[in-house]
Amino acid sequence: MTTTAFDEMTGFGGECRQGYEIVETWLRDTPVELLRQRRHEAELLFRRIGITFAVYGDAEGEERLIPFDIVPRIITNLEWERLAAGLRQRVTALNMFLKDVYSKGEIVKAGIVPEDLIYRNPCYRPEMQGITLPHDIWVSIAGIDIVRVDADTFYVLEDNARTPSGVSYMLENREVMLRLFPELCARHRIAPVENYADDLLATLKSMAPRTAAADPTVGLLTPGPFNSAYYEHSFLADKLGAELVEGSDLYVRENIVYMRTTEGPKRVDVIYRRLDDDFIDPLAFRPDSVLGVPGLMAAYRAGNVTLANAVGTGVADDKAVYSYMPEIIRFYTGKDAILSNVPTHRCREPDALKYVLDHLPELVVKEVDGSGGYGMLVGPKADKAKIETFRAKLKAHPEKFIAQPTLALSTCPTFVDEGVAPRHVDLRPYVLTGADGVRIVPGGLTRVALESGSLVVNSSQGGGTKDTWIVDVARTFAQQSQQQQQQQSAPRA
Amino acid sequence: MLSRTADSLFWLSRYVERAENTARIIDAAHRLAALPSSYGATGNEWESALAATGCLELFTEVYGEEATAESAVDFLAFSPANPSSIKNCLEIARFNARAVRTALTAEMWETINTAWLELKGYGLGELDLGRLSDFLRFVKRTSLAFDGSAYRTMLRNDAYWFSRLGVYIERADATARLLDVKYHVLLPPEAAVGGSLDYFQWSAILRAVSAQTSYHWVYRQSLKPWLVADLMILNPQMPRSLASCYENLTRYLDQIAQIYGRQGAAQRAARTAFTNLESTDIDTVIAGGLHEFLSTFVEENIRLTSLITDQYLL
Repeated sequence: MTTTAFDEMTGFGGECRQGYEIVETWLRDTPVELLRQRRHEAELLFRRIGITFAVYGDAEGEERLIPFDIVPRIITNLEWERLAAGLRQRVTALNMFLKDVYSKGEIVKAGIVPEDLIYRNPCYRPEMQGITLPHDIWVSIAGIDIVRVDADTFYVLEDNARTPSGVSYMLENREVMLRLFPELCARHRIAPVENYADDLLATLKSMAPRTAAADPTVGLLTPGPFNSAYYEHSFLADKLGAELVEGSDLYVRENIVYMRTTEGPKRVDVIYRRLDDDFIDPLAFRPDSVLGVPGLMAAYRAGNVTLANAVGTGVADDKAVYSYMPEIIRFYTGKDAILSNVPTHRCREPDALKYVLDHLPELVVKEVDGSGGYGMLVGPKADKAKIETFRAKLKAHPEKFIAQPTLALSTCPTFVDEGVAPRHVDLRPYVLTGADGVRIVPGGLTRVALESGSLVVNSSQGGGTKDTWIVDVARTFAQQSQQQQQQQSAPRA
Repeated sequence: MLSRTADSLFWLSRYVERAENTARIIDAAHRLAALPSSYGATGNEWESALAATGCLELFTEVYGEEATAESAVDFLAFSPANPSSIKNCLEIARFNARAVRTALTAEMWETINTAWLELKGYGLGELDLGRLSDFLRFVKRTSLAFDGSAYRTMLRNDAYWFSRLGVYIERADATARLLDVKYHVLLPPEAAVGGSLDYFQWSAILRAVSAQTSYHWVYRQSLKPWLVADLMILNPQMPRSLASCYENLTRYLDQIAQIYGRQGAAQRAARTAFTNLESTDIDTVIAGGLHEFLSTFVEENIRLTSLITDQYLL
């Protein structure tokens, strides 16, 4: 499987692909010692700045560094244009879907998505039913996980519509690359990412409630220093110029949210919350939550504060709902999805379940509400016992699982102990949606499975990250005419 | 700014300051303990070092025996059982720094984070004097770098002022306690029993606050205990004197009051204390009882902390 994977630099063992020419020469001509030295410098840099993440259930290494790979992952501007169009379309559909699900439910009435999949979904929030959000935006910040299998095929692996993380690594990785390899960077025309925070702030402010002051106050709500993504929360608050608030810093009086400051109470209009639905308000959800703000939901429903993302968006990024995304996109936009889904077996359907049980050793099985690479079976890598465990789980609760073919994720040259070698990668671009439109910073977070042959890129499972470059290349004549044809032809029915 | 942020900034700088003070006291005690007893080494220097950092009681509770160089250094520098051990101070400082990273400049964060990483290299084990003095130098260097980066890089707004309040509250407390432990050697000539034998005690106090040279510049004479007391309590030119700490506390509290447009109990208490220090002299202080003066001061300083807390940090 590894041998047949598409390599982002060399394709299927062929010549250097467009965009990678300079990097290929650079990798060939730079002594390994120098690369090793640079990698060491990068690590020192990250450690000193304190870019760490916490791993749950790991008392020993309370804070760890996400390994950073110094070889950039390159996507040409031509490839990116198509990706960006697909992302825009997908996130627009996600927002329309959520609006519909929490109001008339037309997609259910039309028989496109089964009713129980939505209204019995643990992430469905009845509290949100019938609520109109300002500007109808539910998902302001989305992280869409994308994998590539050949020169032309990108699949969406997963939508993250709750509190997607990792964007700080996208920004810091670029900073580190610019510091360590200024010449290499200068020889490419790399689309900048540093405006992400400005875009995010503009997006958040655009969604302020009508009752807010002309210059709305934005706060970033964090679960606190013990959270695995705390570094990112403080990093983003800093870049946004927003207060980094914990639940105890906020209180609600007469349905208005205030923060406690040294000058007394100050009203908060928009909350970029990095806290799950369950925890945001002990009066509305988990009563044992000490991380949330009592009364926040009441203020939210009264329209006095905007939460980004909205409450209840989890119903849209569930892996079972994911399998309906092509239909969902067609239903709301009237067009075919630009970005395909990985062909997915819904184990809730008897035919699919039978197929999955018969082919477990070759499939990837995922829990519909799992994340972070936990609770997942990678058939080709699993031993008999693990496969049997999953077989039992599947038979007991088929509706809790989906299965997908094991994809030959593309590889990218990566500097590992034995030198430069191909390792599997994915890509998470971030899509911002505000009252004033969709913003996508060109690039995203490339995650890389550092172990040879491994397909699991999650940082909690030993994955690393790379800087992602969207590099300007000239259009060849063939590409130009192909693009013109695409623009002229009508969308397929 | 958020009250929690102000609170963390206040305690962040307090703990960095405390780590440095403790390092200085260990340093001074070490020199004294190394003297032959005929040079004025009075009983157990390590006990008084523990007393000067306010943790003698806890030490006795934990160890149940008289302090030795090993046990005292371990307790003051590394012990997790001592909430004010240098190691704990730096860990708490780093925890607070992490909680308010957005309010710190990159230089401040890097200083504290680097120190925290380096801290792991030092630890228990045999008391190796070379390693110990490396460690103490590292602690002082951290505090100086932290203070310096705050001074050179922070915006002069409430974030800066609250962190300065932490420094001066802690420093005033440390100086007062240090003097109180040694008050019996700071008495005027007619009361002194030990005579010149106390010379090294006085010089140790000055060393603990880095003030030997300053003493000579200010008084231009050999060490006199009451002048040491004068320098450390009343001389506003001396950065670790009580007068200087309160001059700063008054100034920073006033700046906060000015931008917030409101004076409060904390401002009034600090100003009263500073005026009292300004309007007295060392003879009056000693006549009224040095020990009484210092213990009242420590209590008032604690009261100011709770006034600041009530007014801003909750």
